[in-house]
Amino acid sequence: MELLGYERKDGRKGIRNVILVAYLVECAHFVSSEIAYPYKKDGVQVVGFGGCYPNSHASKVMTQLCTHPNVGAVLLVSLGCESFNRAKLAKDIQASGRPVETLVIQNCGGTAKTVKKGQAWLQSTISKLMDTKRVKIGVKDLVVGTICGGSDATSGITANPAVGLTFDKLVKNQAIAIFEETGEMIGCVEDIVARAKTRNLGMEIQNCLNKAARYYTIMGHGSFAPGNADGGLSTIEEKSLGAYSKSGSAQISGLIKPGDVPPSAGLYLMDVVPDGEPRFGFPNINDNMEITELIASGCHLILFTTGRGSVVGSAVSPVIKICANPDTFRKMSDDMDVNAGKVIESNVTLQEVSEEIYDKIIETASGVPTVSEKLGHQEFVIGYKTFEPIGPNCLVG
Amino acid sequence: MGSFKKLIRLSENDNVLVVCCNIEPGEELQLENVRYVINEFVALGHKIALKDIAMGEPILKFNVVIGSAVRDIKKGQHVHVHNIKSDFIPTYTIDNQKS
Repeated sequence: MELLGYERKDGRKGIRNVILVAYLVECAHFVSSEIAYPYKKDGVQVVGFGGCYPNSHASKVMTQLCTHPNVGAVLLVSLGCESFNRAKLAKDIQASGRPVETLVIQNCGGTAKTVKKGQAWLQSTISKLMDTKRVKIGVKDLVVGTICGGSDATSGITANPAVGLTFDKLVKNQAIAIFEETGEMIGCVEDIVARAKTRNLGMEIQNCLNKAARYYTIMGHGSFAPGNADGGLSTIEEKSLGAYSKSGSAQISGLIKPGDVPPSAGLYLMDVVPDGEPRFGFPNINDNMEITELIASGCHLILFTTGRGSVVGSAVSPVIKICANPDTFRKMSDDMDVNAGKVIESNVTLQEVSEEIYDKIIETASGVPTVSEKLGHQEFVIGYKTFEPIGPNCLVG
Repeated sequence: MGSFKKLIRLSENDNVLVVCCNIEPGEELQLENVRYVINEFVALGHKIALKDIAMGEPILKFNVVIGSAVRDIKKGQHVHVHNIKSDFIPTYTIDNQKS
């Protein structure tokens, strides 16, 4: 299948042509939603950061999302008194060649006037974006992330190892593949470290996983929800084992942090646990925070495995949902793209399911909407975090 | 589906098996010529003991330690949060929630 992407002026190539309405504090969220609502079918989506206090991680994630390859234009909506540096964000978006406009609610004269101005800008921008240049793209142009959510004991037997095989094929075909959930690798550390391309990268990964284990221990709570236990997962080690299998068997080319875009093809681990002493609470308050961070690191699409049955999608990049549990699939098939649970109930192999996932990636990259896109899902959340930049050993050339 | 096996052993050294469909109390299952009498409801994906496991013994699944037994577990019994624990961070369930 020939794939046609959207070429941006900065050279990046997307698989969707999204216009973002981005609020810079929760106080501008409602106005942003009002602006965007009538244009949902035209590819207008709402993202934003709710906090009034500054945070470098949140700024980085917002900048990366507003200049993401799937994004063609951005309307920034500010209340006016929050601390987000809106001028810098607008400048960075402009430098990427994307149309950008900033509306400050306090200067526009309130809700109704801002909504009117915002919608007028959207109308002219939607027609401009229709002319975005289309270019041929291949698997080697794709960045694919993976996450599991609402895991149960079938996740680690069906959907996760199937995604692992898909990841192996993506890496073999020169794509960039990113896995994360460093809080769900407890008990798997030796195996992960041994897969690093260099010894120094292995040590960086070891430190990153030690940091995650320590962080979660201080929080007094593993990355574990009651539904995981209902679904047959007894311990965080057992959940980790299943989660880790999504990464497949390729060598690991690098360790990145949210918002770092991998420089070349290969498999990357994203460190989602903040550096330093715990300051802002749990590292990832829900699945969508991790999805948002994966997308900030350039993911064009996300492979989301679920056993209990999650319904979420995401803003900016499509989410392909792979259901691990055959009972859940029967109950919630309207929310699932791939049924991996058939591995348990029939003679379908993991390899066959992984091919199905791979084909779904190509289909989604060609423009066919995923189930969560069709249903209109655009979940999104950014939290407060603190990160140091990655060290020189984290990326293997 | 009826002919499909109801139990799987994920790795050679494991001391637990995984059930592939919901099992009702009283059902008898068989794997590799060994019979398991199941006396409680065990849901799809959950684990049963492959053999008697003593308190303190590690639980092996996929040939990896996933925790340890907090009481003696008899062959065929459901292996879960009531009889095993994490060796790292305690498992949170709604029932053990501190108010």
